[in-house]
Amino acid sequence: MSDFFSAFFDELPQVRSGLWVTLEATVLGALAALLLSFVLGLMSISRLLVLRGTSRVVVEFFRGTSLYIQLFWLYYAMPTLTGYQLDPLLCGVVAFGLNYGAYGAEVVRGAIGSVPRGQYEAAVALNMSPLHRMRKVVLPQAWVQMIPSFTNLLIQLLKCTPLLWLISAADLMTVVQQLRDRTGETLTAYLTLLAVYFVLAYALTLLMNLLERGAKRRLGLPTGAGSLLRSRSATEAVASVPGGAR
Amino acid sequence: MNGFDWNAAGDALPLLLEGFRVTLLATVLGTLVAAVLGLAVAVAGRAPSRFVTVPVRAVTEFVRSTPLLVQLVGAAALFTSVEPLTIGIVVLGIHYAAYTSEVYRAGIDSVPKGQWEACRALSLGPRRTWQAVILPQAVRNVLPALGNYAISMFKETPFLAVITVQEMVFEARKYGADHFAYTEAFTLAGLVFLVASYPTSLLMRKLEKRLGH
Repeated sequence: MSDFFSAFFDELPQVRSGLWVTLEATVLGALAALLLSFVLGLMSISRLLVLRGTSRVVVEFFRGTSLYIQLFWLYYAMPTLTGYQLDPLLCGVVAFGLNYGAYGAEVVRGAIGSVPRGQYEAAVALNMSPLHRMRKVVLPQAWVQMIPSFTNLLIQLLKCTPLLWLISAADLMTVVQQLRDRTGETLTAYLTLLAVYFVLAYALTLLMNLLERGAKRRLGLPTGAGSLLRSRSATEAVASVPGGAR
Repeated sequence: MNGFDWNAAGDALPLLLEGFRVTLLATVLGTLVAAVLGLAVAVAGRAPSRFVTVPVRAVTEFVRSTPLLVQLVGAAALFTSVEPLTIGIVVLGIHYAAYTSEVYRAGIDSVPKGQWEACRALSLGPRRTWQAVILPQAVRNVLPALGNYAISMFKETPFLAVITVQEMVFEARKYGADHFAYTEAFTLAGLVFLVASYPTSLLMRKLEKRLGH
């Protein structure tokens, strides 16, 4: 067995803790982003100009300034400005949440907009309150539309977690780089690292496909057998959101 | 500790704009590589033999599902004799080609079947079929999507700073470290990104509307 793999298995606890940091950042960042997507997305369809305007400005700001800069700003600039230093992992979660929350808000807005007008009218005719209408009629249908785009964003978020290495959070990339420095086996080390991310991305895609299947089943839509392992579509995110996913 | 130092910001701006030229260069050349390579991959994906299509699909899927940063750092560590900027442009191009190839594929799929049949009826060769009939229609439909990927590539160029390409964020980090003025340097760099990318994305939206998406 090559040096790299023997080092890899010798240091398994360290590798596992790196993997854990990566997963933690992905999952917590995604949850923060999900929350923010709904807040900003619902604000953007509000009747009040103030809410719509605020949402627009926040979304464009966090989409327009690069994630990389946001992360570095939180890690390097905020302490000098406020005297308050965040933990690197928390920095990552906040930056991922803000950036992908802004992209997700567009997904939420687009999906809610795609629910047929008649559904609203029917809910009004049935005398449902606005909240009830949103919760029971509009969101369950919009949610099915959102999931494929959210899957794309989730994988993109996972692919950004190696940035944590740059702000000295001991994520998977940090650990594997250390092993590579020790053994000098560059090609093996990076290929292994890529393979791990690939497997993680596939596992997340599978989970999201399960979620989509459940959401569709609740609406009584056909779920399409054997679609669970299908890969994400790169064009879906672009096509389903007005103005593109970018 | 202390607030925003406008003098430092004024000092840093020329350096940042110097770096911004490299950022733009990397974006333009990277987009070019992605546009050409993506098209080649999309056309190869429609090859008659499975020995071509299956590996092509597998490689694109792999490139698309793995982090750009790891690809960059790995490539820079393997090809130490190559200029970092070149590595950056090529890796950015390859990474985004995995995305653009899907866009082209959708564009090619959207060309009506009758167009292919007409080519056959006129007994055009494969080359003429692609060049004169299919691609002109397919590419027109995918232009906005390609533009959006260019914008997103632009916002990922800071990754190149990691492999010591002296683009804008590299300069911002350097200035921040030398003068202990991270706040000013990163705020400015972020604003430059915003000022450059927001109008471009509005332009893409307009193009999308005009092409009737």
